[in-house]
Amino acid sequence: MKTELIGSKSGAGASCAPPLLELAGVTKSFATTVANDDISLSIAPGEIHAILGENGAGKSTLMKMIYGVLAPDSGRIRWQGEDVLMRNPAQARSLGIGMVFQHFSLFETLTVAENISLSTSQSAAKLSPRIAEIGNRFGLPVDPSAMVHSLSVGQRQRAEIIRCLLQQPKLIIMDEPTSVLPPSGIPPLFDTIRKLAEDGCAVLFISHKLEEIRALCHRATIMRAGKVVAAVDVATQTNRSLAELMIGREIPQPSRTPAKPGKRPALEIRALTHEPEDPFGTRLEGIDLVLHPGEIVGIAGVSGNGQKELAAILSGETSLSRAERDRVRINGESCGDLGPGQRRKLGLSFVPEERNGRGAVPEMTLVQNALLTAHPLGMVQKGLIARRDARAFTEHCISAMNVRCSGAAAEARSLSGGNLQKFIVGREIRLQPKILIASQPTWGVDIGAAAAIRQELIRLRDSGVAILVISDELEELFEVADRLQVLFRGRLSPSVDRADANSSLVGEYMTGGFLQQRIDSEAVAA
Amino acid sequence: MDWLAFLLSGTVLAATPLLIAALGELIAEKSGVLNLSVEGMMALGAAIGFIVVAESGSHWLAILAGGLASAGLAAIFAFVVLVTLGNQVATGIAVGILGVGLAGLIGKPYESMTVPPMARVPLPLLSDIPIIGPGLFNQPLLVYLAPLLAAALWWMFKHSKVGLVIRAVGESPESAHAVGYDVVGIRFLAVVTGGLFAGIAGAFISVASTTLWSDGMIAGRGWIVVALVVFAMWRVERVVIGAYLFGAATIAELLVQSAGIAAPSQLLTSIPYIATIIAIALLSMDGKRIRLNAPVSLGRVYNGAQ
Amino acid sequence: MRMPWIIDARTSNSRLVPIIAPLAAVIVTVVSGLVLMSFLGVEPGKALYQLFIAPLSTAFNVSEVLLKATPLLLIAQGLAIGFRAKIWNIGAEGQLILGAIGGSLLPIWFNDSQNVLMLPAMIVVGTCCGMAWAAIAAALRTRFNANEILVTLMLNSIALQLLYYLVAGPLRDPFGFNFPQSALFPDVAMLPTLFGGARVNAGLFVAIGLSLVAWFFVERSMVGYKLQVGGVAPHAARYAGFSEKRAVWLSLLIGGAAAGMAGVFEVAGPLGQLQRVVSPGYGFAAIIVAFLGGLNAIGILFAAFFMAVIYVGGDIAQASAGVPYAVNSVLQGILLITYIAARLFVDYRVRPRRAISTMAVS
Repeated sequence: MKTELIGSKSGAGASCAPPLLELAGVTKSFATTVANDDISLSIAPGEIHAILGENGAGKSTLMKMIYGVLAPDSGRIRWQGEDVLMRNPAQARSLGIGMVFQHFSLFETLTVAENISLSTSQSAAKLSPRIAEIGNRFGLPVDPSAMVHSLSVGQRQRAEIIRCLLQQPKLIIMDEPTSVLPPSGIPPLFDTIRKLAEDGCAVLFISHKLEEIRALCHRATIMRAGKVVAAVDVATQTNRSLAELMIGREIPQPSRTPAKPGKRPALEIRALTHEPEDPFGTRLEGIDLVLHPGEIVGIAGVSGNGQKELAAILSGETSLSRAERDRVRINGESCGDLGPGQRRKLGLSFVPEERNGRGAVPEMTLVQNALLTAHPLGMVQKGLIARRDARAFTEHCISAMNVRCSGAAAEARSLSGGNLQKFIVGREIRLQPKILIASQPTWGVDIGAAAAIRQELIRLRDSGVAILVISDELEELFEVADRLQVLFRGRLSPSVDRADANSSLVGEYMTGGFLQQRIDSEAVAA
Repeated sequence: MDWLAFLLSGTVLAATPLLIAALGELIAEKSGVLNLSVEGMMALGAAIGFIVVAESGSHWLAILAGGLASAGLAAIFAFVVLVTLGNQVATGIAVGILGVGLAGLIGKPYESMTVPPMARVPLPLLSDIPIIGPGLFNQPLLVYLAPLLAAALWWMFKHSKVGLVIRAVGESPESAHAVGYDVVGIRFLAVVTGGLFAGIAGAFISVASTTLWSDGMIAGRGWIVVALVVFAMWRVERVVIGAYLFGAATIAELLVQSAGIAAPSQLLTSIPYIATIIAIALLSMDGKRIRLNAPVSLGRVYNGAQ
Repeated sequence: MRMPWIIDARTSNSRLVPIIAPLAAVIVTVVSGLVLMSFLGVEPGKALYQLFIAPLSTAFNVSEVLLKATPLLLIAQGLAIGFRAKIWNIGAEGQLILGAIGGSLLPIWFNDSQNVLMLPAMIVVGTCCGMAWAAIAAALRTRFNANEILVTLMLNSIALQLLYYLVAGPLRDPFGFNFPQSALFPDVAMLPTLFGGARVNAGLFVAIGLSLVAWFFVERSMVGYKLQVGGVAPHAARYAGFSEKRAVWLSLLIGGAAAGMAGVFEVAGPLGQLQRVVSPGYGFAAIIVAFLGGLNAIGILFAAFFMAVIYVGGDIAQASAGVPYAVNSVLQGILLITYIAARLFVDYRVRPRRAISTMAVS
């Protein structure tokens, strides 16, 4: 796969043409943080330029300023040798800058053609043939008349790229474009990008994946904590040297011993089929899942394939009807119709994928956030809140997980994403669960905090807790999971043991390969 | 006039302002802004409209003035909600109270006056049909214009770029901004247009259907309008149907009396309110359908100054 | 529109600004009151006196202010608990009317009673009626998902018609010359007044006492905490397993109970009988009081007092200068609008968008 990725590299990056885009001293601060501090970089026409940095390094903020979504506090942006004041995205587009967002900027209730017509002056009907034509030329097939909510994440990305291309941009910004693709979707995307570069279009490629950057890009600007730490020629770098530049210290690797799972299942789902409450949600079909004490099962898959729905059914936020209560069991006890509070009493705890507004209340203090799920641990007496106990619990969480904050009275919104996540994980662990479900436990978390959280999960497993990790980062699952299952369009693949798991098999499952297998085996059985 | 013709006429007269105001509210809500001040905007439109007729004698000037006054009130609402990021529910209630108060204040000297009703325009041929003719086709011009306005808006949301942009802003203001639209500006225009319509509707009530002004004369119609948009699941064609149904409910008093049923008048007056509650309850049962049809960002604060 | 300023969400609460917002709203309201009055031909000095000074100038007027503050305080405390949970009970006016009707039943039916349990029994019945009226909205919301704003509003109109019907028929004073009002209540059915010649009554102490209970409920109890989580972050409440239905029921029942009790206090206090008009819009004004007080039990104490001043000032201006009563609504509207606008500085940090002078526009 690697040799396939490293295709032809044109020498555009080294050309002596005047830079297409130049940034000098660009700075942007938010309420408490300086997201971008004195950023400078330059890009030549036809160059594929990587912006490399870990979560929270300020990559997205920088791109939004180039695209006019956010305004810089100070500094200058030069476009084709002239200073510009980027007022809004419309102006950026009129200059020839296009952007493919990480969390797409498409409208779910409109068709692909309608979406695209919103950023051009043409009507949806007139655009449809052009969408098809561009789709063919760059290998981006998508149906113009399809409603966006019915599309897969990969198809949405194609629609968004086509929207960009219709405006014949000179520069395309792509924010983490591979994070929404299965492994097999990445080489075609890279082919598209290379074709674009050969046509003279510059590409700003944002990523934290070293392999991809080395395979695709000419040059890289590396950011750390809001600052540029280096600008390098990618050909001269190794994965290791890039990683050191990006993180600035040793990458921590979790230590693990083989799992010793118990015999009796801690959590089971049997033949579950569920229609989503959300009209744009994913229908779950024929889900079978067994989780034993002392093992970590990973649920892989491209996001949007039913992960949210599955997590909500496990946590009890979506409860089933009484007739279906046997579909979900905790330690053998049927609990499909129980709510989250009752399931927690049975020993389940849950780290949701959204920190702000679900796992924690941003406007409330950490003590109040501790109460959210930890209140049954003696923090309520005669209906009143035992504030001293709640505070002690909170302080334990803070110190045990090494949460950086101004104290137990700090509001959740004042913590960085990584620290808040550590606090939530710490809180759920201190409930001494028998089962822990963690959904995207390290989304948007810096590498140090992510490593700490993964290590904590493994430690918990060793103490006999059954753990389910739902994640769309394969690397993470390969690191922590003892077994893997893949969600694809609401169906769950057979379980793959850690020893047999490799990215080609799991990648095949991520595009539904297991469905064919199942049909084959059924045919054999018949 | 035959009583059936009388009831038909009463229904369309009552339905027309509901329809116009509901279309205005629909535009605002499609852009993602829940404006609960309709009652106040209609009251102000009614007061201003009545005053203008009383002073100038021109009904069309009155309708225009009523519309503009309410558009001004809607602009205050829009400013608080879009620029100072106020909660839409609380702001709507506040502006509603202000509107009802202003109407009572400026209308005070005109209480117990009457004005000549707005001219009726019989439609050639159609108005000669027995019963239906005098009932439906011998009405003020606005009665005919309201459904045409609905048709125009239906086309706008379905086929035009403007409609597409409003829907996009209402679904995801963040995405609309990222694509390059001025979310605050578009929402501002949508809300002010909604105010214009509400004012026209209010003025129609005071100068065409009742021809008198009294404090509190809107009597909850503004809230029925808000309910109507939910009832219609944010679809223009269903707003039209709903407006005529509710129009019939608001004259239910006459309907029941003409059928010769004896009932306390207070119960009859309550019929539109009870009907609204029942309609809301029945239509809200299917939460999934509401989620599918309601503008996704409806009622949510969007910070346009980042 | 590109604003010349940048608005950021706050990452921690500011201590001072929450007090400045209502103060700013009060000042703007006072100024607009003066402007409004001068349009109506009252010179500013006189207007200031009539609207805002006269209500506090004599002992009687102060007692009138306290009298009007009582229902405002009571209702606003009840509503604020629901508003914190983002349950929008706009139906306090109707719940108050039902409370007044319920509270009137016993003294009308047992008009010559001497039983000292009369008043407590009236309060219980009236409060329950207010709760029952609010329960309709709660049931429709939890069972049919019907929007509580619209339902409670419609219930206001229906309650008013119900009152009109009852005072015109079943509860009308048979010896009252066909006036639409009930018989006068016996003495045992009346709230004791606090000092001679003034109408302010023991209801004030009940309202203040219940304000303290409300404070304790919100700040210290687990149920209050759960309601607040539901309001600030509904997904977090769901995640934690706090029942939304329970929050809807509790919020509406508490609001209905408070409004119902306020209704009893009106008929058993200043009115002394059931009439067509039992409230000059207290149910709506209390919404403003709740917000102006920052949905905080202590803040609401001050807000209710200020709103009562506007009420009494409006009465005085009406009596002495013939100013329409609608001035009241206008001032109430302005008060809430400016308060909401000023909240911007409480909830967000606003800073000027720095002009980037080094950048030329191409």
